[in-house]
Amino acid sequence: MNAPESLATEVGINITINGEPFAAAEGELVIAAAERAGVYIPHFCYHPRMSSVGMCRMCIVDIDTGRGPALQPSCMVPVSENMVVDTTSPQTKKAQDGVLEFLLLNHPLDCPVCDKGGECPLQDQTMAYGPGESRFVEEKRHYEKPIAVNDLVFLDRERCILCDRCTRFADEVAGDRLITFQDRGDQTQVNTFPHLPFSSYFSGNTVQICPVGALTAKPYRFKARPWDLSEVESTYPNPMGDRVVVQASRDQVLRYQGADSDAVNWGWLADKDRFSFEANVSEMRLGAPLVRGTPLGVPDAAGTELVQTTWHTALTQAADAISAAIDAHGPASVAVLGGAQLPNEDQYAWARLAKAVIGTDNTDAQLHDGLPAEAVLGLPRATINQACTPGGTVILLAPDPKEQHGTLYLRLRHALTKDDVQLIELTPTASGLSHLAAHRLHHRPAEAHAVAVALVGGEMAPDGNGCIGGVLADDVAAAAASLAARADRPITVILGRPSLAEPASCTLAAASELAQFGKLLEAGGRPGLAFLPLLHRGNVFGALDMGLAPRLLPGRVGLANPNPALRKVWGSLPQTPGLDAHGILSAAANGQIQVLILLGADPLSDMVNRELAMKALDAVPTVIASDTLPNSSTAKADIVFAAAAFTERDGTHTNAEGRVTRQRQIVTPNATARPDWAIASELAGQLGCDFGYTSPQDIWAEVCHLAPSHQHLQAAQLDSRDGALVIESSIDFAGSEQVEPTPSVDSYSLRLVSTRQMYGKATITQNAPSLAGLARPATLLLNGSDFQRLGVAQRTVVRVISNTGELDVPVSSSADVPRGTAALAYNHPDVDVRALLNHQEAVTDIRILTK
Amino acid sequence: MTTVAPAPQDPPQDIQPEDLQIVTSRFHNPQGHTLAAYIQSGGYSGLQRALEMAPAKVHDEVRAASLLGRGGAGFPAGVKWGFCPPQVWPRYLVVNGDESEPGTYKDRLLMERDPHQLIEGCMIACYALGLSQCFLYVRGEMAHAQERLAAALNEAYEAGYVGANVCGSKHFSVDITLHWGAGAYIVGEETALIESLEGNRGMPRLKPPFFPAAIGLYGKPTIVNNVETLSNLPWIIANGGEAFAAMGAESSTGTRVFAVSGHVVNPGVFEVPFGTTTFRDIIFSSRYGGGLRPDRSLKAFIPGGASAPWFYEEHLDLHLEKTAVDKAGSMLGSGAIVVMDDTTNIVAACHNLVRFFARESCGKCTPCREGTSWLEKILSRILAGQGRPQDLDLLLDVCDNISPGIKWPPRQTTICPLGPSAVSPIASALQRFRSEFEAYTP
Amino acid sequence: MARLGPANITLAKEIISRYPVARSALIPLLHLAQEQDGYVTQEAMAHIAELLGITPAEVLGTCSFYEMLKQEPVGEYMVNICHGISCHLLGASELIGHAEKTLGIKAGGTTEDGKFTLEAVECVAACTEAPCLQVNYRYRNKVSLADFDQLVERLRAGTSSIAPHGKLARTRQQIDDERRAGVSPPDGATQAPWLDTNSNSNGDIDNKTIDNKTADNKTTDNKTADNKTGVSP
Repeated sequence: MNAPESLATEVGINITINGEPFAAAEGELVIAAAERAGVYIPHFCYHPRMSSVGMCRMCIVDIDTGRGPALQPSCMVPVSENMVVDTTSPQTKKAQDGVLEFLLLNHPLDCPVCDKGGECPLQDQTMAYGPGESRFVEEKRHYEKPIAVNDLVFLDRERCILCDRCTRFADEVAGDRLITFQDRGDQTQVNTFPHLPFSSYFSGNTVQICPVGALTAKPYRFKARPWDLSEVESTYPNPMGDRVVVQASRDQVLRYQGADSDAVNWGWLADKDRFSFEANVSEMRLGAPLVRGTPLGVPDAAGTELVQTTWHTALTQAADAISAAIDAHGPASVAVLGGAQLPNEDQYAWARLAKAVIGTDNTDAQLHDGLPAEAVLGLPRATINQACTPGGTVILLAPDPKEQHGTLYLRLRHALTKDDVQLIELTPTASGLSHLAAHRLHHRPAEAHAVAVALVGGEMAPDGNGCIGGVLADDVAAAAASLAARADRPITVILGRPSLAEPASCTLAAASELAQFGKLLEAGGRPGLAFLPLLHRGNVFGALDMGLAPRLLPGRVGLANPNPALRKVWGSLPQTPGLDAHGILSAAANGQIQVLILLGADPLSDMVNRELAMKALDAVPTVIASDTLPNSSTAKADIVFAAAAFTERDGTHTNAEGRVTRQRQIVTPNATARPDWAIASELAGQLGCDFGYTSPQDIWAEVCHLAPSHQHLQAAQLDSRDGALVIESSIDFAGSEQVEPTPSVDSYSLRLVSTRQMYGKATITQNAPSLAGLARPATLLLNGSDFQRLGVAQRTVVRVISNTGELDVPVSSSADVPRGTAALAYNHPDVDVRALLNHQEAVTDIRILTK
Repeated sequence: MTTVAPAPQDPPQDIQPEDLQIVTSRFHNPQGHTLAAYIQSGGYSGLQRALEMAPAKVHDEVRAASLLGRGGAGFPAGVKWGFCPPQVWPRYLVVNGDESEPGTYKDRLLMERDPHQLIEGCMIACYALGLSQCFLYVRGEMAHAQERLAAALNEAYEAGYVGANVCGSKHFSVDITLHWGAGAYIVGEETALIESLEGNRGMPRLKPPFFPAAIGLYGKPTIVNNVETLSNLPWIIANGGEAFAAMGAESSTGTRVFAVSGHVVNPGVFEVPFGTTTFRDIIFSSRYGGGLRPDRSLKAFIPGGASAPWFYEEHLDLHLEKTAVDKAGSMLGSGAIVVMDDTTNIVAACHNLVRFFARESCGKCTPCREGTSWLEKILSRILAGQGRPQDLDLLLDVCDNISPGIKWPPRQTTICPLGPSAVSPIASALQRFRSEFEAYTP
Repeated sequence: MARLGPANITLAKEIISRYPVARSALIPLLHLAQEQDGYVTQEAMAHIAELLGITPAEVLGTCSFYEMLKQEPVGEYMVNICHGISCHLLGASELIGHAEKTLGIKAGGTTEDGKFTLEAVECVAACTEAPCLQVNYRYRNKVSLADFDQLVERLRAGTSSIAPHGKLARTRQQIDDERRAGVSPPDGATQAPWLDTNSNSNGDIDNKTIDNKTADNKTTDNKTADNKTGVSP
């Protein structure tokens, strides 16, 4: 385990461990100091990311603080000056052997059939120090063999050694107190409440931290033995850039384990990511390029089917279509959508292909569900650790982190519960952190700006009800006072799209107010205010840094201000500023786009304006898609490239902080699938430009050469678990003055809010069998008082009508939703809220018809 | 191995036990538990007196009294009070009325017979230390004590001795919340008591850092005092700490209530001068235990509850005094003297005590959770005639892994002393009566 | 009934209000549920979880730790024979054996008619009265085998005043709002107001003595508080 950054620089506490002097850090636990000193103290219950409980007693060692050596649990005792620690004394050995024997009394001898066998601390300890045979002749404890505690995790109580790790995780890390100790003494067991499963987005972590084989994961059970696994450390492609260890056997990925990055995920993963490897190995994976053909499989540009073909055919067809479009309609008739899931190198290659080779700036990695690149790159950026600075303030101007950015939720939760960080919610509905929030400013949809103005002390007159943007003015004033009171500590705004039923401009207007406030604070010598942007899709921040957005070039540079190095390598640049996703699809719908390239993008499923996406895809003559799995948009494509997944190639990833970390290959690409950088290079070659890349490393070298923001990055830094931060940006965000007018709500209507839930219709989720069924039932949520007015029972199906469309959905009351607001998930597999969304106004008002 | 006890000696003539009754003075009065009877016999005068003094002065009186905690550990109450960190608020008082140590029977009587005395003691402690809320934790199984305390509290509230503006004072307002346990011996351990009071499983916390006086209930400074300890306060404040200290021995002041049970003619609960009475007095005096039944001899006795190592014939003339008993290798603990005569099956008695600890282990620390139940299983097996010769050494080695060295005071591989407590009877019994075990393990 | 009934909800809320942190009321509320139904039902646990803002699993975790809280139905009379060391020395095993024979069940079992559950329990603090037992936590001291049979007869005949299992104290603590000092929450409290160092006597008593007569006259209902099963050592 690495020493936490914060410990490295402090003045040491002088202790002696097994006769050797060691400079420990103030407040460090003996067990942690010993580990850093190279002395391993056996333990089962101690976990560096959770509070110590001193339960297993395995780590007791002789500790002398001046009153003679005494056996003490090294996981509970902090170091003190001149402390003498002896982990090898006869007394220590005897006690530890005793504990080990006690633990084995009731532990079954089923190592040969146990998933944990080979990576089990209890087994390792027993092999190293345990007695040859048992002195216990009594009957062991018996329980029903593994019981499912939820859809993903099994619990074998006979193997459990009651270390409190899983229950502690559920309690203090995830906050899902659904597994607890039950009964007492030697009858103590871990279990759920009857018929109330351990429904946690994070349950897989308990499997990872279980020191024995008591908790096993359904997707991994009996799949492999640890000694057959090879592994690499990598980065999971999500906006947090969670560090993972990817494990594989026989060229197949079998498991992701969280890696403990002090800067990022602390070893945790959300189940949605942990078990998504199933999608990687899914039968649905694209293994070969596809082109249009006849039902008999014969390639035919006018064919109704997608048929397998060779890479040569597919690439040539694609290059020809692009050339023809450029020739006939100019480069702006080609557009590139998506790419947010790709590694940095691939994004860069596609960006260069689009902007330098084709000459189009019509590129957008986001699907109109994020924020303008200028805002993301122009606002001062915070790190996760900054957001979690003890005593600091976090303002949530984003969707629920618990639903969308699992490990950030865990980090924030820790900061709120343990480090006295205060949370101010500036959101239209409650989040998974609301119960920990100091202030909950749940405003009317699309009216965050007014609340933000008042929050930073600006003039904003309350309405007749004493409210600002639907929030009681007194509540806003109280939050403003709290914010001001802690202005000497960092303030971090988590910035995202709090609702996809309102335009990004609503959020930007509020963010601009906060940014100005931050500047004032900084001018006053305070730490100021920074933003941790949270957008959807894996490497979206890499995409922005690599220039996969209109008006941008790689290295956080505007299209209008290319640096000489880039100009030299790229040669030419687009003549006119390009369109964003909405603009591209609008142009496409109007017949102005001849070739639309989709990089892992599924606009039919993801574009907020579903109708527009459908029209666009119907109107574009040639749709080219590059993807790992088929989706509704690839089904409409004319050419589909089979892309490699992140475990099948090397690369780098950029997270929300701008942190670049490595992704490493562990298995060969599925069938003939190719990494996107190679596809882009091939197309470039066919279009007459030789990139000359032979590996992602070549591309990265080019990026570091010509992207100003990336020039300082050192390979060695990238090799470290925490990677390297990209900080510089030459993009200036002027702020947004645009405040969307919001019509008043009539008393029969409710105003709609829609955000993503953890489990939804995402392609990866739906192709991972263990995850596909985990979406909560679609439910329209109303405040209790609004619900009561309907006069129906909970979960009654109602008809919901807006100006745009209608749908049928069950309705329930929820304290998470303020009066006058209705919430419906954005990404539900069965109910598509987009049928209701109003694109003419900033808000969508709905009416509910009961039958 | 055992000898016939000599004729019991009466306590020294110059001490009249009934004159020295402090906490049991109302036990003879069937109405002693009512407010009327309490006030008639001088009740609440200690509190009134306290309120006329500065709080610090009240603390000084308790210090001067050298009142030792009556719960088991015998730590001076005045000193324990002093461990509250200054300027950390609020502070709480938690009354430990979870009396459950086998052989111990005194706190229940104090709660049933003289609840106002306890309530007055609580209020004096709160006043002295600025404790802003008091929780009176009564063992769950003691329905009658719960009733008596509830009735007494209702009276005391109404009469102004508890709650808002105590005795008409402007600023002294403290609530006493009556709280019942639900059946777990370990909750008598003060950190487990706090866990239980917080609505959790009663699992002890490690000290340090969780010394209740510093980090207790809800993480705030908390004084945890035993029922008998607090019941002494009204007398101490009414009569002065020095008067209290003048009674008993220098190191063990005042009086102490002992329950004498087991094989004696007159089992009972006796308040005796602390430190000056001997075991021989309390077991054999006609005033107290009344000696063994005819034709019986003393085999062993437990001087301070099930956790205490056993004493024998040769310890009878020890005074019921903390230092002397500690030095002799046991403890006065919870004031429970259990007498075993020569008819006692030592293996069964040993098993009985070990079973208790195995059943009551909270399950937190591995050595206690697994070790005590293993010990119990081995002893069961021995009693059932399935013992093996090596089982006796195994018993001792398992004991050694719970309590390294099997010493007194015990060292422990566990957080709290429950596990090591199971070692006491085994170590005692095997040391003195090994042949009786061997008779079971051919 | 399984969730708490309306009267018990009111009572539960009053109990919660006595604690600075709601969760502290968990064990008292579990007792309340047991009083209502004779044991703690899963529905009651879920209801208590709602009332306290915790999860049912947390409620179960605490509930299952404590011996008195039963998760399955038990007899109307819980007969707990003490087998602590003092009772053991004076014939507890014999008494338990006799009880098992008399009731026709093993310790831990419940009679078919649902009248009795027999348990051998650890020390109940009546050591000088050995061997002793409790019926629904009401003591019987120095119980001979004949005493036991008599007791069972009386309980069977319904002539005992012992309330059915679940009911503990028959007198509850009641605090008038005006007499309440108020809970002391762990966050935000300042120094206790009477610890003012400027004055010698900080009780600040206005009328130094309380009218003892008033107190005298306020004899509480100690007849109900008295308990015929109490011991007199």
